[in-house]
Formats: sequence, structure tokens, C-alpha cells
Amino acid sequence: MTSAFPFHNQLCFIVFPYVAVLTFLLGTILRYRKDPFTYSSLSSQFLENRKHFWGLVPFHYGIVAVLVGHIVAFLLPRQILEWDSQPLRLYILEISALIFGLLTVVGLVGAIARRLTVSKVRVVTNGFDWFVLSLLLVQTISGVYVAIFHPWGSAWFAAAISPYLWSLARFNPDLGYVSMMPLGVQLHILMAFVIIFVTPFTRLVHVLVAPNPYLWRRRQVVRWYRSQKEAS
Amino acid sequence: MNVRSQVSMVFHLDKCIGCHTCSIACKNLWTDRRGTEYMWWNNVETKPGTGFPTKWEDQEKYHGGWEVKNGKLQLKSTSKAQTIFNIYHNPSMPTMDDYYEPWTYDYQHLFNAPEGTDQPTARPISMVTGELIQIEAGPNWDDDLGGSPVYAENDPNLKGLTPDQRAQLVAVERLVFFYFPRICNHCLNPACVASCPSGALYKRGEDGIVLVDQKRCRGWRMCVAACPYKKMFYNWNTGKSEKCILCYPRLETGQAPACFHSCVGRIRYLGVMLYDASKIEEMASLPDEDLVEAQRSLVLDPNDPEVVAAARKSGIHESVIESAQRSPVYQFVKVWKIALPPHIEYRTMPMLFYVPPMSPVMSNVADGTIHHVSDNLFHDIDESRVPLKFLANLFGAGHEEFVRYALRKQKAVRWYRRAVTVGDVEMATAERMLREADCSPEQAEAIYRLTSLCTFDDRFVIPPMHREEAIQMMEDPLEHKQGVGFGFLSGPRRGM
Repeated sequence: MTSAFPFHNQLCFIVFPYVAVLTFLLGTILRYRKDPFTYSSLSSQFLENRKHFWGLVPFHYGIVAVLVGHIVAFLLPRQILEWDSQPLRLYILEISALIFGLLTVVGLVGAIARRLTVSKVRVVTNGFDWFVLSLLLVQTISGVYVAIFHPWGSAWFAAAISPYLWSLARFNPDLGYVSMMPLGVQLHILMAFVIIFVTPFTRLVHVLVAPNPYLWRRRQVVRWYRSQKEAS
Repeated sequence: MNVRSQVSMVFHLDKCIGCHTCSIACKNLWTDRRGTEYMWWNNVETKPGTGFPTKWEDQEKYHGGWEVKNGKLQLKSTSKAQTIFNIYHNPSMPTMDDYYEPWTYDYQHLFNAPEGTDQPTARPISMVTGELIQIEAGPNWDDDLGGSPVYAENDPNLKGLTPDQRAQLVAVERLVFFYFPRICNHCLNPACVASCPSGALYKRGEDGIVLVDQKRCRGWRMCVAACPYKKMFYNWNTGKSEKCILCYPRLETGQAPACFHSCVGRIRYLGVMLYDASKIEEMASLPDEDLVEAQRSLVLDPNDPEVVAAARKSGIHESVIESAQRSPVYQFVKVWKIALPPHIEYRTMPMLFYVPPMSPVMSNVADGTIHHVSDNLFHDIDESRVPLKFLANLFGAGHEEFVRYALRKQKAVRWYRRAVTVGDVEMATAERMLREADCSPEQAEAIYRLTSLCTFDDRFVIPPMHREEAIQMMEDPLEHKQGVGFGFLSGPRRGM
């Protein structure tokens, strides 16, 4: 079935995604085990506060909402299509997705401007940071482009992209409609896997250590050397 | 009763001369790495003054510590739900401007400057950016500026003082100030630990030292805002938080922490106290005026057979119990009640206590002669040059009786010893003072000995740490120099 698609499409949308996810899993786990010290948000708020707020807050609120949207559409395509069956609900979903997307881009541009202009923040910015920021910029702009020029994405994502992603997850890859998608959409998909691919080698790993145990744990933490010894 | 042991501390402010030797000892040992230049795990502040970081006691600004809201103890700066929204940008976080931008000087210019008509100078360079900077603040920027309208008058502890009392503090040629050395208080109810989203901060069960697990810290910065004493520091280079570690590698080898060891005025005492961990939250939730007593009630009598039995049951080693019985801190805090916790109203239950300082003697000038004596033997305490209210804001949640008690006892001890050694005070007067100050002659002798004649071993009763097998922790702290120094030895390089 897959051989019906051109080679470069197979490379980009079947081979590379597997390479990316495998690298992601192996890389992040190995890094966590070998060098947990390097897992950090690497925040620079301490060095500059005001621009940090106007850049990092919109960016993170936006990107978290957008990512959650993508994941929901991936996991529950049927429910999304049902939701979209009434035009008003479709409009609400599309417009709020676009707003969060724009928030992300605006915030990201703010964050990049901050890194360029604040001398103290420049000190803690290295090549990796610029690499990550430019990847994110391309990805978020392409996302907003898709949202504007190829509308009703919530519907066609659920109908076309979700089955493709599920086919990858089930190890039965089927490009389906992906090879016929407009270039902007294809770029967006490819870049998503590029970002997943580079994550273990960048500061993006901080996403993985987002603190959910905090919500459930007791307030005070006490560590006993005694019990540690008994445990080991 | 859930008995735990805590390495606790007393700083005797009446003996502090403000020399900053402690700060330097600490800096040389722990915070001379990149990203830590601005940190002073130990610093000495002039009071009244704004401190470090500037106005750290102003919790309207920094939202540190705990508050009782709807009958429940909660962090001021964050809650579990708020953390989700504030993790990207912490609204209560101080920035480098609240501390200072560390700098060095362009010394090379003194050697390399081309020949000219002027003497070359070494201009200040930022240790963050390496660029020339204009120095605007530094550590101890308000050192000794007790009367300054820029610093002293902005001390948050002046709240509630009458205009007369304020004027008394800053009167020209009658300035009065004292020193306030500060390290991490290794609290019983630490706000930093409770705020850490990653669970990286923890209290060591055996000795109560509060540490940051550098491998688990993710740089969410909640602790920096939550600590009301601003003794959590963010390392901008490694993206991790750091704090005073009470020199645990030294303690584990039986040595006093560097700041304690180096103290010129011998103001510092260290020893174990046993406390009841099951009551911490209950006690920390009481109204402000009850907090000092509540904290004292957490501390248990190490000579009480019941306590000893409970301590054994909790797995506290015999040698630690024995160490608690000899603890100088227990004497100051619980027996003599002359050492008080700083800002107990922050409700973190700090385990570093301060003996409040005596002011210079208040004297009246009449007919050209100076009179010290009054019918009320303790008159100079209530009319002290440093208003009692000011000290009470620092050491009694605004309630004067605790500070008054501590100062009266100190004064009675002085007069008693004066009657013994100099003889210009009637013994009967001295004994009356002791009675009024709730102090027996034996206790007065003990206070005198531990205050004035204390040897190294009197001041530092370090419990055996029983970590004999923990080879890594037994290493020489100097080996950790330039390393991260928190139990693992990889270099503090920045993540990607």
C-alpha cells in the first residue's frame, strides 16, 4: 500500500517520524538517567522580568492550548467531528485555536526580541537556544498560516491527519491523504517531527519534567538517609 | 509524639560586631562559582536598614511565607493550582536588580593602558555580561547607614513605631543601629520545600538541614518567591536554585559550619534540639501573638525520660539524644527564653534564634552631669534607643513582651556580674533585678558563662551524623570547590 507513494513522501512522513520518536524516547531517557542535572527550564526571568512576562506568558499559554488541541484531535477525532457538526461550534473552535496560535507567535517573537536586546539574557543564550527558537518560529508561523489559509483544520485534522498518526502508532503506516496535503500543511507535519527529533538534545526537555506530582504530593518533603539505605 | 532532631542555631546579637567574616568564609567556600557571584548564603545586615535583597521583609512585595486563610495554613506566593499558571512567569520573583549585579574591575587596564597624561583606572565590569557597568548596588550597600533616609527609613520593621520612636532611631549624632547576620533558618515548616513543584527541596530527616536536590531542581523558581527570608537563590547560569547547606560536609566530619567557625565575635551557637514533628502545622496556624510560645512548645525537653523514650522509638541515635542534652541552643531558647525566632509571623518556624541586642545605655543629661540611675531599674529597656517595638517587629511578631523579657534578663545578668566582680552595684539590688527578670543566680551564672566565657566546644555541640558509610559526603569540602558541591561531583555546566 505504502509503495504507491513517492519515495520522498515515505522518507519524510513514515521513516523520519519513526526515527524522530525513537530518538526522542531513547535520547530523553538516556539523558535523564545519565545527566539529570541538565533537566531544567533554564529560566532567565531572574535576569530580566518585564519583557519576560510579555513574551513567555503568551507563548506558553498559547502553545499549551494549541498542543492540547492537537492531542485531543489526535485521540478523539470522532468527538471532534461531532462537535464540528454545528457551524457555530466549529467557528468557536477554529477561532479560539487561531487566537491561541497567534498568542504563541506573538509571545515567541517577544521572547526572541528579548534575547536579542537584553544584554544579560544574551549571556545565557547559546547556539542551541537560537536553533530551538528558530524551529519553533517556523513551526508556529506555519501553524497559523495553515489555520488561516486552510480553514476548518479541526475537521480535516480529525478526518485526515488523525488516521495517519494512528496508522503510525499502530505500526501499520498509511500515508492516506497526507501526500496530497498542501505544502504548508506538509511542512507543519514535518517540522513537528523535526522538533520531536531534536528535543533530547535541547532545553525542550523541560516540557517532560513539568511538575504534575506536585499537585498530589504532601506539602513537606523529608528524606531519611536511614530509609534510603534500607531501600538500596 | 513524633520526635525528630534538628540542628538548631543561636546568634547572639549583643556580641555581633558586623565584621562580615562569616559572609566571606561562606562566599569563599560555596558561592564563588559563575551564576552564584551575587549570592550571599550568609550576609550581615545593618538594622534599621533595607537588607538583602532590598526590603526582603516587605511581604506585600515578595509574598513570602505562610498565611492562615479560611483557617488553613497556605503559602502566600502560590498554591498548587496557581503554580500551573505561574510556572512560566513567577509574579513574586525578585530579579537581579533586587539584589545587585555582581562586578569586578578591569585590573588589566592598569598594566596595559597606553601612556597618557592621566593615571589609568580600573573600571567596574559586570560579572554577568563582562561589559563596563555603573555600580548601583552591592552587598551590604547600606552597611552602617543606620540613620540614612534612603535605607534605614525604609526598613519594613519600622511599621507601627510612633514618629517620636522613628526620630529617636535616626536622630543626628545619636544614631543607633545593630547588626543582623542571616543564614538559612532551616525551618521546621519550610515554605521553600512546600512550594517546590519538582519536589527537589527537602528536609533531611536526621538533622533537619534543608537542601536542594540539584539533580531534581528544574528551575521553576517557586522557592525563591516562597522563602520569606529570601534565602533561596537562583543560579542564573545553571538554571537551578541553591541555598545555604549549613556546611553539611563539615558538620558530617564534626566541624562547625564555616560561618560559625570563623565568627570573630563568637556570637554563634549550634546544637541539636528535639521537637515534636506531629504538631508543626497546628502550631504554625495559631494567631500571631501565640507563635513564639507555640514554637517553644514544639521543642521538647531532652532530659525528660518520656521524651527520651519517644526519641528512641523514633530511631534517634543515643549519641544524638545525648548531644541534645548538652545543646547550648536548647538553653538559650527553651530554658532561658532569651533567644527568639526572627519574624515568626512568617510561620515557617525558623530554627535559627536570635538573642536581641542591648542598646547603648540611655542616659539623661541634667545640670551638665550624666545620670544613669532611675528608680525603675529596667527603665532603659522600655526607653531603649532602639525602640522595643522595632525589636518586637523583628523577633516577636510585633509583640513586645518576648523581647522585653529577653532584654531584662540580659540586663539583670550584667548587673549581677557587676555586683560580683566590680562591686559598685549592691548585691541586694542585683538580686532584686534577677528576681524581677525571672532568673536565679545559678541561671545568671550559666548565662554569663555561655555568653562571655564560651569555648569552641561550648558553642558548637555537633551531633554525630552517623553517615559513616556515606563516603561521598565525607569528602573534604574544599574538593567540592568550583563543583556544585551538593553530594555529587560533576561540574556545574549549563544544560542545553
